[in-house]
Amino acid sequence: MTRELKRVSIVVFLMFLTLFVSSTVIQFFQADNLASDPRNARTLYASYDVMRGPILVAGQPVAESVPTNDQFKYQRTYPQGPLYSAVTGYYTLGQGSSQIEQSMNDYLSGTSDSQFLDYLNRIITGQNPQGASVELTLDPVVQQAAYDALGSYRGAVVAIEPSTGRILAMVSKPDYDPNTLAVHDTQQVIDTYNALLADPGDPLINKSINDLNPPGSTFKIVTTSAAVQNAGLTIDHAVPNLARLPLPGSDNTVSNAGGGTCGGGSTVTIQTAFVLSCNIPMAEVGIEIGQNPIADMAKSFGFGTELHIPMQVSTSVYPSGLDDAQLALSAFGQGSDVATPLQIAMLSSAVANGGKLMTPNLVDEIRAPDLSVLQSFQAKELSTPLNSVTASTLSQLMVEAVDSGAATNARIDGVSVAGKTGTAENATGAPYTLWFTGFAPADNPRVAVAVVVEDGGGLGQSGSGNQVAAPIAKRVLEAVLSK
Amino acid sequence: MTSTGPMTAAPDAPAPTPGRGIRRIRVPQKLRNLELFLLVFVCLINAFAVVLVQFGALGYADFTVFTLGAGLAVLVIGMHVALRFVATNADPFILPIAALLNGIGIAMIYRIDIAENLSGWESTAVRQVVWSAVAIALALVVIIVIRNHRVLQRYTYVAMLVAAILLLLPMLPVIGQEINGARVWIHVGQFSFQPGEVAKIALAVFFAGYLVSRRDSLSMVGTKFLGMRFPRARDLGPILVLWALSMSIIIFQRDLGTALLYFGLFVVMIYVSTGRASWVVLGVGLFLAGAVIAGQVLVYVNDRFTNWLDALNSTVYDAQGGSYQLVQGLFGLANGGLIGTGLGEGRPDITPLAQSDYIIASLGEELGLAGMFAILALYLLFISRGFRISFAGQDDFGRLLGVGLSFTVALQCFIVIGGVTRVIPLTGLTAPFMAAGGSSLVANWIIVALLLRLSDTVRNQPRLVI
Repeated sequence: MTRELKRVSIVVFLMFLTLFVSSTVIQFFQADNLASDPRNARTLYASYDVMRGPILVAGQPVAESVPTNDQFKYQRTYPQGPLYSAVTGYYTLGQGSSQIEQSMNDYLSGTSDSQFLDYLNRIITGQNPQGASVELTLDPVVQQAAYDALGSYRGAVVAIEPSTGRILAMVSKPDYDPNTLAVHDTQQVIDTYNALLADPGDPLINKSINDLNPPGSTFKIVTTSAAVQNAGLTIDHAVPNLARLPLPGSDNTVSNAGGGTCGGGSTVTIQTAFVLSCNIPMAEVGIEIGQNPIADMAKSFGFGTELHIPMQVSTSVYPSGLDDAQLALSAFGQGSDVATPLQIAMLSSAVANGGKLMTPNLVDEIRAPDLSVLQSFQAKELSTPLNSVTASTLSQLMVEAVDSGAATNARIDGVSVAGKTGTAENATGAPYTLWFTGFAPADNPRVAVAVVVEDGGGLGQSGSGNQVAAPIAKRVLEAVLSK
Repeated sequence: MTSTGPMTAAPDAPAPTPGRGIRRIRVPQKLRNLELFLLVFVCLINAFAVVLVQFGALGYADFTVFTLGAGLAVLVIGMHVALRFVATNADPFILPIAALLNGIGIAMIYRIDIAENLSGWESTAVRQVVWSAVAIALALVVIIVIRNHRVLQRYTYVAMLVAAILLLLPMLPVIGQEINGARVWIHVGQFSFQPGEVAKIALAVFFAGYLVSRRDSLSMVGTKFLGMRFPRARDLGPILVLWALSMSIIIFQRDLGTALLYFGLFVVMIYVSTGRASWVVLGVGLFLAGAVIAGQVLVYVNDRFTNWLDALNSTVYDAQGGSYQLVQGLFGLANGGLIGTGLGEGRPDITPLAQSDYIIASLGEELGLAGMFAILALYLLFISRGFRISFAGQDDFGRLLGVGLSFTVALQCFIVIGGVTRVIPLTGLTAPFMAAGGSSLVANWIIVALLLRLSDTVRNQPRLVI
């Protein structure tokens, strides 16, 4: 009987060995896979055990986690809701997040590599893990001005400090209140989310970085820069002054905004074409210099470049492989050209900064819960699209456009403002996209701005960039200048 | 094979070398003192676990530690005092291990109570303490009344009858009750009871008595096939009856785990008593055939297999009766990782039946792999003490009963923990001593009493050198 007992003992031992192995496999080898399973509610709850770090603007929270009594321990709140919704984005209970909440999640949740030791230390000492705070570059005064100025238009405003690339204001409308997505009732979150998703105004999209529109006449900054710097023309270079330009190889024609010629005379200079924002001479210049100089200049300004501010910015496009008709259209920002408001702000920013384009950025500083700085913002040059001579030429042209040209509604008493409007056509019969971009003061730029108003600002095809977008930009510029 | 002591039973064991001297004979007093020391230590661990649960889940500690921790402590120390009088030579490890497992179970049940906002008589932990009291009192009765385990051999067929009645009770109208699809409960007044848990003890007694008297005919004759001596057709009666019993439990009571437990118990006991590997081959073959057929025919058995093999598949996960519980248990274990979340710090309450069938996953989550290993080691130690009794026993009935009782605990652990950790399909069995449930506690504490009695008898033999 003892022999059998020994064998049964071995069987029992093997049974337990199997259990030792199986629990090791689950709790050690498969633990990470199981933790990342989307059905694993524990991972979600665990993320709420962390006091998520706040998002700050000028030291004040625009998103923060406050303790609650429910099972999630903390409630995410957005004290100024819609004002910063384009930047903070939302943070939901397991239904995803967006904007800074998403792109800075590692730091906010305390799981970034640089916080690992702190995280471990807090677990061992029994403290609740805490996320880092993210201080933004936004200026609350400028943000408020931009938010108010855009009013109920569908569109976006971006303001950049040209010398550093710090983003001072970022507004997108229609807005929404991220607090409504932060509630702890999943069904309510899903319902609210679906309603926002179905809204024709696309409130969940940050239009300042993720909405692509034809840039229209604001693109003339690129074409003129290309003509002057890449093709060796001067702004006095003259082209035939026509009232109607037949597109090569096509039945279509190009006309100027006013319908007639670009000022008087049989020829017109690049300078006049820029200041009065005429399409025909700009198309002629485009065909004359060819697409490569324009494409190079566009690329150097940021078209086709992937950017993270830290949210990913949609890439603006200047098309390639154009025939002459497409080239003519692309030279004044139509055809297949598309750009984000941030990209258009970058045009002004580069001109304002003596031709150097600084990398735009939203995050100023990341601080650990003990207030030690984990990462702080360093101004970086993205590219140098213009030399200083071209930059000052463009600056003068833009000042002239505001003083006496097509962008007069951006004038500010006692300050020299540089600017360029855009009134871009969409599909036949569809409302225009209205633009303004510029900077001030022209001699010592403190802020560069871009405004886009979509859907024609409610005016269909009768509105213009100068009429609708320029006054908005003016108020944003004033907000910076009055500080 | 006749009744033999450990020295003669293993002819291949080396003879004791004279130079090593005579091993000291342990004085009973010392055994009981060791037991008391371990018990005090165990009670401190149990109390500490309750306090940790409170700090983890509530953030403060109150007097609950006295109602939950001290309640069990008084009971087991009472049992210890009784042993000093009625079983002075009993094994000193069995009681402390059972007390520790029971105490950790209560702490974890209390932890889930907190998560589900149960208190007072609603609290499962309070009821578990009451059931522990009932179980330990019954264990005391068993150890006081049965002064010599050989008495049980006289009641071999009574035990069979008791087992049969207990198994049939849930099938009766009125008192029989179906919970979660399995008809294994009886319901009297406020209390539910799973008679099948206690039936396993009656079955072990019956098997031991029956096999001791019949094993010659079961082992001596037969035909050789594939190098193994297989029993004659007419000797196949008992195993076929047991197989039929298991299959009817699967079909009528819809309880896979219990069927596997009874059948596994019988196969091991017939193997140990006859020394015939052919019984194991036959038994395993019969059960596998039965399980495969049941998997084809019975929807619930088929579901269990699907859940086991394809647990993470989202269709299986979302299905009614699908792998939701299994997968949530895995998530819990994964959440625990190596060192666990800490008592009161995890989310074991997400998993259904976190206090009973899934208490192992709850413990694995909050105590981690480290705690899981400790619990498995405790079970293994408990079982090894039982096997030790069988190795050292003098009479074949006692030896068979010892191995049978220990093996039921081992097999039950394997079925329930193996189910939770996806070694085998999930079946509804309770983790001995820990899971919430009166029937399981009563049954396992009676096993403790019988093993203590067996170990006492073994050491009381004149040739005591163990």
